[in-house]
Amino acid sequence: MMFAGIFGFFTRKNTLAMLISLELILNASDINFAVFNRYLFPAQLEGHFFTLFAIAIAAAETAVGIAIIINIYRNVRGIQVKDIEEMKH
Amino acid sequence: MEYTIFILLLPVLMFLFLGLAGHKLKPNVAGIFGTISLGIVAVLSYVTAWNYFTLPRVNGVFQALTPLKVEWLHLTDHLHIDLGIFLDPISVMMLVVISTVSLMVHIYSMGYMHGEKGFQRYYAFLSLFTFSMLGLVVATNIFQMYIFWELVGVSSYLLIGFYYTKPTAIAASKKAFIVTRFADLGFLIGILILSFFTKTFDFTELMNGTAEPLLRSAAGQSFLGGSVLAWGLGLMFMGGAGKSAMFPLHIWLPDAMEGPTPVSALIHAATMVVAGVYLVARMFPLYIDYAPQVLAGIAYIGAFTALFSATIACVQTDIKRVLAFSTISQIGFMIVALGVCLGKGEHEGLGYMASMFHLFTHAMFKALLFLGAGSIIHAVHSNEMDHMGGLRKYMPITHITFLIACLAISGIPPFSGFFSKDEILSAAFEFSPVIGWTMSFIAGLTAFYMFRLYYNIFWGKEHEHEHTPHEAPLTMTFPLMFLAAITLVAGFIPFGHFVSSNGEVYNIHLDKVVATVSVCIAVCSIALATIFYRKAEQPIPDMLGKKFRKLHTAASHRFYIDEVWMFVTHKIIFRCISTPIAWFDRHVVDGFMNFLAWSAQEASFSIRGFQSGRVQQYAYVFLVGALVIIVGLLLFI
Amino acid sequence: MNMDITLQQVAFFVVAIFITIFSVLTVTTSKILRSATYLLFVLFGTAAIYFLLDYTFLGAVQLMVYAGGIIVLYVFSILLTNSDQSMNKKLNKGKLVASIISALAGAAIVLFIVLTHNFVPAASGETQELGMKTIGHALMGSDKYQYLLPFEAISVLLLACIIGGLVIARKR
Repeated sequence: MMFAGIFGFFTRKNTLAMLISLELILNASDINFAVFNRYLFPAQLEGHFFTLFAIAIAAAETAVGIAIIINIYRNVRGIQVKDIEEMKH
Repeated sequence: MEYTIFILLLPVLMFLFLGLAGHKLKPNVAGIFGTISLGIVAVLSYVTAWNYFTLPRVNGVFQALTPLKVEWLHLTDHLHIDLGIFLDPISVMMLVVISTVSLMVHIYSMGYMHGEKGFQRYYAFLSLFTFSMLGLVVATNIFQMYIFWELVGVSSYLLIGFYYTKPTAIAASKKAFIVTRFADLGFLIGILILSFFTKTFDFTELMNGTAEPLLRSAAGQSFLGGSVLAWGLGLMFMGGAGKSAMFPLHIWLPDAMEGPTPVSALIHAATMVVAGVYLVARMFPLYIDYAPQVLAGIAYIGAFTALFSATIACVQTDIKRVLAFSTISQIGFMIVALGVCLGKGEHEGLGYMASMFHLFTHAMFKALLFLGAGSIIHAVHSNEMDHMGGLRKYMPITHITFLIACLAISGIPPFSGFFSKDEILSAAFEFSPVIGWTMSFIAGLTAFYMFRLYYNIFWGKEHEHEHTPHEAPLTMTFPLMFLAAITLVAGFIPFGHFVSSNGEVYNIHLDKVVATVSVCIAVCSIALATIFYRKAEQPIPDMLGKKFRKLHTAASHRFYIDEVWMFVTHKIIFRCISTPIAWFDRHVVDGFMNFLAWSAQEASFSIRGFQSGRVQQYAYVFLVGALVIIVGLLLFI
Repeated sequence: MNMDITLQQVAFFVVAIFITIFSVLTVTTSKILRSATYLLFVLFGTAAIYFLLDYTFLGAVQLMVYAGGIIVLYVFSILLTNSDQSMNKKLNKGKLVASIISALAGAAIVLFIVLTHNFVPAASGETQELGMKTIGHALMGSDKYQYLLPFEAISVLLLACIIGGLVIARKR
């Protein structure tokens, strides 16, 4: 799942699609934490809570990312990645 | 004697004041400030001289005093450069000479430079020059003398190039500075050689015998045929030769006449050009004891220079150039006088006393001649002899004072020049008859060309002038009269009481034979000049000029020495040495720097692509980098 | 060979294949809305894995926040920016090849590491379901191994994100 997400991040042209691929990456690592906690250290809860907080933070980050994308859409009228690659000069 | 510090302080403070704030003052006020400060300096010099020479003698000699000595640079345990004031008979005499002539020039310039642009700057530079020259003569050690030597060169450059909008003046000032600077290279090397072996710069230590074993060992080591000490002293003389315009470094002095005439009077007649003579006189005990052959060489150089420049002076038409060559010739006399000394005794060291005496009297009457020339130039607005003639009717004071100076320089008694020149001739005859007769012949030439100058200016055919020439104002004639008065009486000063080679009293006595011979030669020359030049028509000189045309042309082109120097510098030094070095500097050194910059730029171009603004590319680079690191860790751990 | 395949293992394999297929579909489809839908399925699969691990609270949170909140957010933003109409043009070959290779290489390396490392499972195999009481105490407690501070920090972060989002997206 993670490498599918990485592949998607590299190849998609729509910024929203890039964010979707990013969600795949995040979910993959969340699963990783939960599994390590459950099978290697069942008495402790670090992994569980890490995953919990990671979900919360991912939600916040998605919200802000989409806000930015909507702002870009207002200025450039499109959200293709190639429209926003010109740097300040 | 602590008040002597003011002799140095006042001029330099006046230089700073006039240099920085002078343009805010009215020109006359600036001039008055400068003159008054120099007046005080002159009075202090006279007081110093009086106090010094009335102190009781110790062991028959005047004690050398050091009222002020401050250590300035500490180089090693033994070697340190001090700054201070050293009073001994010749330095006190020079103080009197310099301050008197400088004061006269200051007063004279109030009238001569009236209305010129840059009047305040002129007075500032005059004060700077006076300060430098005074510092040079009271130097306690060689290095202080060198420092002030260079300062004198700078002041001379500033003053010669005073009319900085004239290209000839600029060229002349550069030439003066560069030629003297080149000579100073020899001076510096000589100083370094001397101090390396004797481990001291100080005059008192060098002369009073503490350095004697070191000096003797230095004299023992030989290098390329001469002792090391002789080389050092010879190189030091090279510096003196540059400053005193000895052949072949005399080329700057005639061109230096581009500066204002009072400057020529001060610098190029009375004070700066005698710095070389003063140097040899100061180092005289060392020359006599350890390098007598160098002294003999100095005598020959001086004699040749004197002869050379006297012949050129006979055909020059610009009055200032005649006086310039005359100065070179007279300095040749002073150098010869020093060179013909055979020892430090009464009789052998006669040349030393004669040289200093002639320095004193020459300063006075040469300054008088230049100032008189200035007053003439002021009246007819031209330097050329063709534009003058018959001026004796219009300018009586200038005429009389100029005549007095001409008689003095020709060596007619009872004017001062006779006494000093006579002593030189006696000393020269003691050394070798050849030198003696050469110097007598040159004395005759001197009388001849000086009276040629005199007659062409004041007698002969009158030139058409725009407005009738008038006598100079009092500010200009007062110095003339003052200096003329000194010229009349200076001959009777018992100079040997004050200055002599071993410090003891020397009673000047006239050698009747030498005196009669020299007076006869002088009178004959004057008669010849009168026959040639007194009337308006000058048939004999014209005929002689036609018969010896080549010689005449060569002499009026100063025997082409300038062209020789130009050839040496342009063809040899510039083409063969400077151009390759310049090429190397421009292409190899700069090229290397350019190459470094170019390679940095190329490198930056090539990695610029990494920052493209494409986020996906950034992420790709992250991933690949992370994978590489992980694989690296896997493989190597 | 151990023929003792438990139900748990079967369930895991089914969910795993489900997640894999749908994640690949998410990134390769050309239509954005379909991509969001496939993402929804992937998130369901992830929640199923959490339930299999006995982390019921976590699975519930996953469903509510991710599947419920974020997907809706995505769908709204896709529709707001009219992205579903625009066509995805073809990628240039070089980029595609480089991405595939790097992704496959990465996957290979990670799989290699995971499979060759010998994980030591914990001694006590029995699993107790994680009760809400435990989670609540841990979340609000300030002893060691308790998570009050991160909790408060996250609330500040969320505040910042709210304000940031508002500032970025306001009308000029």
